[in-house]
Amino acid sequence: MGRMITIKALKYNPNSKVSKAHFAKYELEETPGMTLFIALSKIREEMDHDLSFDFVCRAGICGSCGMMINGVPKLACRTLTKDYKDGVIQLMPMPAFKLIKDLSVNTGEWMEGMSKRVESWIHTNEEIDFTKLERPIEPDVAQEVFEIDRCVECGICVAACGTKLMRPNFVGAVGLNRVARFYADPQDNRTDEDYYELVGDDDGVFGCMSLLACEDNCPKHLPLQSKIAYMRRKLVALR
Amino acid sequence: MSNLIEGFLGKSAEGKKSRMPAKLDYWQSATGLILALFMWGHMFFDSSILISKDLMYHISKMFEGVPLIKGGNPAIVSVAVAIIITIIVIHAALGMRKLPTKYREYQVFRTHMKMMKHEDTTLWFIQALTGFAMFFLASAHLITILTNPGDIGPFASADRVVSGWMWPLYILLLLAVVLHGNIGLYRLCVKWGWFEGKDTKASRAKLKKLQWAIIAFFLVMGFAALAVYINIGLEHRDQIGQRYQPTAINIKNISSKTYSKDVNRDMNAETSFRALVAMNFSGIHFQKKGA
Repeated sequence: MGRMITIKALKYNPNSKVSKAHFAKYELEETPGMTLFIALSKIREEMDHDLSFDFVCRAGICGSCGMMINGVPKLACRTLTKDYKDGVIQLMPMPAFKLIKDLSVNTGEWMEGMSKRVESWIHTNEEIDFTKLERPIEPDVAQEVFEIDRCVECGICVAACGTKLMRPNFVGAVGLNRVARFYADPQDNRTDEDYYELVGDDDGVFGCMSLLACEDNCPKHLPLQSKIAYMRRKLVALR
Repeated sequence: MSNLIEGFLGKSAEGKKSRMPAKLDYWQSATGLILALFMWGHMFFDSSILISKDLMYHISKMFEGVPLIKGGNPAIVSVAVAIIITIIVIHAALGMRKLPTKYREYQVFRTHMKMMKHEDTTLWFIQALTGFAMFFLASAHLITILTNPGDIGPFASADRVVSGWMWPLYILLLLAVVLHGNIGLYRLCVKWGWFEGKDTKASRAKLKKLQWAIIAFFLVMGFAALAVYINIGLEHRDQIGQRYQPTAINIKNISSKTYSKDVNRDMNAETSFRALVAMNFSGIHFQKKGA
């Protein structure tokens, strides 16, 4: 028999007039290799059918299950309950995003807005002829773009960011990382001036206070510190 | 006209963003760097008292222009202070843009910080707090020096600390400036990618270690120096206003083959021969007091 663990989850439905925010307490037996995804599924099946939370891939790929686990934003599916020595785990929804209910937040809507804001698509005047071979890209350059492009939009960098919590209009590490991704991509013809128009203000790269909780909590270990510093240097150098 | 349009719309008539936010970010960092390095230098000069009163005396005289100006001119110190005040005002104006301005901003940041327990987030809050404190602490200190530039020396400074009741302010200012400035230097490195190298995680861990080592070093040195000033100030309580006179080789007592440390010697009573010897040995020019 495994040890008993306690999960305290914030329950609140902002759309209900009677819902009152409170922590619900669940006690369950830990099983070998138990992740929070397994624990929460068990709670919903056996104890509380009303508990809301998000999961899709349960393998750290989709980025749906970000939540505040003992105060730290993490992917619940990649968090093992055994890593919490005292067996008490407090769960809260990620801040900065619209709360749907309990642990479920709407990251998608925010990410869509961010993508539009930084114009997250290739800007080129080139006519693409699909019957011809693509223009080759240097492997090193392609690798750099792929590296930055591994972002799964889980929202953890945003939920971790003290700047973002104080200044809701801040574009966040995910937005700046996205700009860096297109900046590195030779297929995108945007100039430094064009990128300045997107993030060259106090809600963009100059609003970042380098708290680096994004870098420290990114489940994909993206080089956020380095990329934000790079974009800052590039855009501050513009005359 | 274009300023009117830009001010009104938030973008130029051509629909472009202002370059000002970039400049403000740059100057916030640049003024911070200057002030942090100034603080380092300042701390070393202050702490020269740990080596000897003479060294501290000579350094304070050096900042008054000795040996280029005979006897030195304290106005030089005032000019330097005025420059530092200007840089501080610019840095404070730029830095306060980052501070929480509404209660809700403060509240959400504090909650987040306590909940997440993330070192760099907490360090930022310490920087914000110490930065705010220095609006007042640094101003009080700088105005004192600006208006009394000649009162820097082993006795004058110690009198200010003890009899002038500045020690409580200096304790707070020392804590604030050492934390704020050195956390700030670390943050400058990660913000602009200085010393980043190939492995960002490794270089950042090293920078963080260095930051803590430098903070510890300056706190130990700073408080040790402050303790020495307090000690001198207590001993010197009854002779407030009396200025330190540097030690000269005591030729009256040549058989002892030692340097005199009789600091309370009255130079007015010295023979001209003694003063001449002292001048030749130490390279210091004495001003006649009250002559």
